[in-house]
Amino acid sequence: MTSPLLAVHSISQRFGGFAALSDVSLTVPPVQRLGIIGPNGSGKTTLINCISGSLRSHAGSIDFNGIDVTRLPPHRRARLGMARSFQIPRPFPSMTLAENVAVPLEYVTHRGSLHTADVRGQALAILEQIGLADKADTSAAALVQVDLRKLELARAMAAGPSLLLLDEVMAGLSSVEVDEVLGIVLDLNRQGVTIIMIEHIMRAIMRFSERVVCLDAGRVVADGTPAQVANDRNVRRIYLGA
Amino acid sequence: MRNWNPFIAGTVAAIVAALVLTHVVQNEYFFFAGYVVLQFVVLATAWNILGGYAGYVNFGSGAFFAMGAYTAVALIKAWDAPLIVQLLAASCVSGLLGFGIGALTLRLRGIFFSIATVAVAVICETAVINWGFVGGSRGIAVIQPPPPALFASYTRLLFVVMALAAVVAVVLARYIQNSWIGRGLRAIRDDEEAAESAGVPTLKLKLATATASGALMGLAGAPFPLYVSFLEPTSAFSLNYAVSALAMPIIGGTASWLGPVIGAVLLGSVQQIVTVTVSSELNVLVVGALLVSFVVAAPQGILGLASKLFGRRNAGDRAGQPASAASRSTDAGQS
Repeated sequence: MTSPLLAVHSISQRFGGFAALSDVSLTVPPVQRLGIIGPNGSGKTTLINCISGSLRSHAGSIDFNGIDVTRLPPHRRARLGMARSFQIPRPFPSMTLAENVAVPLEYVTHRGSLHTADVRGQALAILEQIGLADKADTSAAALVQVDLRKLELARAMAAGPSLLLLDEVMAGLSSVEVDEVLGIVLDLNRQGVTIIMIEHIMRAIMRFSERVVCLDAGRVVADGTPAQVANDRNVRRIYLGA
Repeated sequence: MRNWNPFIAGTVAAIVAALVLTHVVQNEYFFFAGYVVLQFVVLATAWNILGGYAGYVNFGSGAFFAMGAYTAVALIKAWDAPLIVQLLAASCVSGLLGFGIGALTLRLRGIFFSIATVAVAVICETAVINWGFVGGSRGIAVIQPPPPALFASYTRLLFVVMALAAVVAVVLARYIQNSWIGRGLRAIRDDEEAAESAGVPTLKLKLATATASGALMGLAGAPFPLYVSFLEPTSAFSLNYAVSALAMPIIGGTASWLGPVIGAVLLGSVQQIVTVTVSSELNVLVVGALLVSFVVAAPQGILGLASKLFGRRNAGDRAGQPASAASRSTDAGQS
């Protein structure tokens, strides 16, 4: 068995008296497509925030690529190969789309070799891939929600990650657009990127994932293939109340 | 390097012009007033590196300026140090002050830094008032040395020195703006958490910027004792510096290096004219009135107004974009 790309060891996260995550462990082998499901408030986004470093977990540790990243700030984790999208898009509104994508290109991908890199060319190529090329010189402040979500994905891709954390990138997209984005993400996966995806669109997550983890009230309640999880008694109880 | 050549020509022309003026213009007051305007170019540019690019508002510019001035006084009194040593030491002291405030407060975001800068200004002033060696609250007289060859008066020399300082400040600001550093700072201003996730080392970048900004303010303050010949804490720590350093970039436009320069030249000149023709009290009112009207009516400053009028995205140049993209008309202005 290959060593895992990401190993989360019993992390816990509290907000005041509310335990958002309690004792969650998760091991992700390289190039896996992992879907995370769970009802609202079950701790999915908190888990992503802990893995990416936006939140420091109160207990437990996180290994990435064999390196203990528990104490590292988000930008160091980004340099090690983690990229994320935000559930509520957080663009840089004073910049154009090309400039938004240029930030991770300059700070992660080409760090130290900027003078030789064609940052703008690569930014345009990524925007092309995601279908935003015609808006490359528009201000991010002028984008509609759907495009903002695509920009989140573009910015995450630009960092050239080995682990991509996607927090509901497909929310609000039409079914054609969902297929489009899913195609891009599957392509990245074929190129060797490990992907952890939070999604409420079941059709997408079931088609996308090799493995699905279900969270409820900050705990892992199911972990297996999409079919196994979909038929799990706990999962059915949580979602259907039966 | 695209866009650098006209800029280099401009800076060289500015230095040559300053030198020529010292030989052509007879009226001594011209240099007296010109020095102040140039000093504000340095202060406004320094403020804008942190306040405009990164969005961290410094209310204590007066303290950085005064610490530069008092460093110079201490060096004059202790060793009769030459001007160049005063300039370098003042930059170091104020740079360290910037680094110190940054290290203490930049881990917190936004307004906490601003509050801390006010506190530091008060602490610095209190310390200087109680430091007898540099005159304490009584102030201290500093005698201008005889002017060196080629200069008719020492004030003319200081005028040229301040012109050089302004060029240094503007070149640095422009470099930061157009490099990856500037893009990182803008990312910080827009959304710090997203910037971190995109790989921007936000704390390190903010610290470096606070240091550079502080150092330039110290540089602006260093020749001040020799310029005024009498330095006392109330005038050195005057609120006027803090307000002007912030008002000038906001009025000129904070997005580009050109904004603070326009704001400083315009406001600095108006202040001088009002001081001479109307009253010295009224010039502060002018700054206040202009600041309020710009914040309300044109938050993007003169540069923002200009780009709206001429349909351009930005009057200053931007990195990573061909000229065609920069001049393309888009609704990039905040809607």
